[in-house]
Amino acid sequence: MITEVGHFSLVLALLMSILLAVYPMWGAARNDIRMMSLARPLAIAMLLFTLIAYASLTWAFINNDFSLSYVAQTSNSLLPVYYRITAVWGGHEGSFLLWITILALWTGAVALFSRPMPLQMVARVLAILGLVAVGFYLFILLASNPFERMLPFFPVDGRDLNPLLQDIGMIIHPPTLYMGYVGFSVAFAFAIAALISGKLDSTWARWSRPWTLAAWIFLTIGIALGSWWAYYELGWGGWWFWDPVENASFMPWLVGTGLLHSLAVTEKRKIFQSWTILLAIAAFSLSLLGTFLVRSGVLVSVHSFASDPTRGLFILGILIVTIGGSLLLYALKAPGLKGQGQYHAISREVLMMGNNVFLTAATMVVLLGTLLPLVHKELGLGSISIGAPFFDQMFTYLIVPFVFLLGVGPLSRWKKQSPAALKNQILLALGLSLSAGVLINQAYSTFSYLATLGSVLACWIFVTSVQEVVQRTGKAFNLNALTKLTRSHWGMIAGHVGFAVTLMGIALTSQYSVEKDVRMAAGESAELAGYQFVFKGVKPLNGPNYTGTSGHVDVFDKGQLVASLDAQKRFYTVQRSMMTEAAIDSGISRDLYVALGEQLDNGDWGLRLYVKPFVNWIWLGALIMALGGLLSATDKRYRLSKVALAKKSKQYTVSHTASSPEVLK
Amino acid sequence: MNPRRKKRLFALSAIITIIAMAVGLMLYALNQNIDLFYTPSEILKGKNGQKPQPGQRLKIGGMVVVGSVQRHPETLDVSFKLTDTGPEVTVQYHGLLPDLFREGQGIVATGVLQSASVIKADEVLAKHDEEYMPPEVAEAVKGIKHVKPEQAGAY
Repeated sequence: MITEVGHFSLVLALLMSILLAVYPMWGAARNDIRMMSLARPLAIAMLLFTLIAYASLTWAFINNDFSLSYVAQTSNSLLPVYYRITAVWGGHEGSFLLWITILALWTGAVALFSRPMPLQMVARVLAILGLVAVGFYLFILLASNPFERMLPFFPVDGRDLNPLLQDIGMIIHPPTLYMGYVGFSVAFAFAIAALISGKLDSTWARWSRPWTLAAWIFLTIGIALGSWWAYYELGWGGWWFWDPVENASFMPWLVGTGLLHSLAVTEKRKIFQSWTILLAIAAFSLSLLGTFLVRSGVLVSVHSFASDPTRGLFILGILIVTIGGSLLLYALKAPGLKGQGQYHAISREVLMMGNNVFLTAATMVVLLGTLLPLVHKELGLGSISIGAPFFDQMFTYLIVPFVFLLGVGPLSRWKKQSPAALKNQILLALGLSLSAGVLINQAYSTFSYLATLGSVLACWIFVTSVQEVVQRTGKAFNLNALTKLTRSHWGMIAGHVGFAVTLMGIALTSQYSVEKDVRMAAGESAELAGYQFVFKGVKPLNGPNYTGTSGHVDVFDKGQLVASLDAQKRFYTVQRSMMTEAAIDSGISRDLYVALGEQLDNGDWGLRLYVKPFVNWIWLGALIMALGGLLSATDKRYRLSKVALAKKSKQYTVSHTASSPEVLK
Repeated sequence: MNPRRKKRLFALSAIITIIAMAVGLMLYALNQNIDLFYTPSEILKGKNGQKPQPGQRLKIGGMVVVGSVQRHPETLDVSFKLTDTGPEVTVQYHGLLPDLFREGQGIVATGVLQSASVIKADEVLAKHDEEYMPPEVAEAVKGIKHVKPEQAGAY
């Protein structure tokens, strides 16, 4: 019964989205206030119906309703309740329901928190979000319905959730990532609405920016979570594989980062509008492309758990319509755009543009590396694969000029910067970061040029960030001057420093990690990077839906016990699959990582040992970046401008109500 | 030329130079890092008339021949044979094999061709799925033997 309610409300949500896509847009074109005012209630209604649908599917999972084929495929009665709730997005149909629920959430959020914006703008933005939603509701209802019944013959028990997904990281990773992906739809809707209205001024950039930041924050955290999850769950000790699906989430992030900066320039200097719009379209299109790649099954990857090529065609259709439509609109409207600001060849504007070019180039590299094998195969030229070395090599080239500009940008002035005035600061920063980077790398017995390069780049960002704060606060460096800096300024600093922390982590961990596959009998020990790993033996393991073995390893540093690790090997009985649960001792400067392999013929066990220096810095940096985004998004000027605009919009509505009788005629 | 045009020309040529450099580097990097995918029979008989040369980096996908897995008694060295439609290729590997590695299962290995039919792998992947077979292999063995009809249609 509840299932039918869910199914029915999904249909109602589709109806709401169609109305939302049509009426407010029409109203905005005719300047009809009544039609435009429908936008907010319709958006809220769409959200409510979607939430009901989502809740009913969750209910079906909690109550083990295996008459639903989706539940039967992704759940099992032995599965703990919290995993049953998260199993809702463990398969294809449910993850799309989550996708659309999040889209409805963003739409509802725009409806609720857009009071200060003019009604016409709100109507257009919500209508575009509604239009995007129509495509996905149709897709769910027609091609991937999670409420499909298997009556009258339904299984007694389900096929269980993929063991890889039975993990805390998997509980939070997909929703966060989707919040990011789908969040770019808001930036996209703002951009399209602005294109339609033709008003691409700094107010548009100011409205759009907090939303873009919010999406970017979620995407940053989502990617970091995914990487962290891969690190401890897959048991290979790797944190980034340049897997097509990882790339799919990385591309919107790169473009989104560019978009944030470009928006900042548009807001402050009233230039780059056209480029900003293009980035907003690109960010959302790449999010859609990511959804298509992951869910269509055209790519073979560890992520394509549940995929179906015919459904892929539907998403491809949505993708083509969205990209094609928005680019067409862009082509029609963009030539009329003219930036108002003037700037010289060496100025902050140009430096920011340079960084945007590098971010775009990085996106192109990832796009090429991800899609080329696909195109190659479709053209009948045979299967190829583009491995991690390609991406590593390209990113090593790209990151050097990128980081250089990143450091210089905040130090320089808008409009015009004389290079001579910056010379001393740059030389000082260069000297400091070179010596710091080399010193850090002296700590390791084997010297690596790449790690040194990475740490010098990271130090360059640290040093220039400090220089920038000193520059802002003047010679009188005191706490009072520091507190005068705006929140969004601190946001920028945190974003840059977070990037530096991640960069440092990547450089050190990828070059100085040591790894050893050993075979050991109980009581034997192995040495790695100065640590003594003693294998104590194995004992059997019994979980709710798995059995297995747990191997105990004690790690000693100069005779002192530093970690006691239990590495597990689980056998999930329903899905009949083996899973390695690595044991990790995390620290600021290093991780100790043990994964249990298989038992060999003579009773020895194969074990994989890693010492990974500074690996946690990668995710710590991402957190700092996200924090930076949060600081920027909550800046006073967005709140102040809301108050100011609220006053304005009151006058606006008053003046309109005065004239409304004419409209009614 | 007025200053505005000059500036534009400067900006444009700078962007074009950067893009040209980027494309050049990219193609260079690509050239070195494309791993061609082979099935065991393609390694022995050649693909599109071309046989892979010893020393070449490549990817191979196939089914592990039942009974072919041999482990070194002292170390973690292991070797096994891969097949698709008949010909067998030996893969040597040092280290732990993935969780889902089993005889009769489909795997993908990346490595360097040592001699005509021996590959030294530095990576062995088995997909986290019971019924997984590399799509290329599924295509190669389609309709020949031991592929369930629903499996053959799935890729």
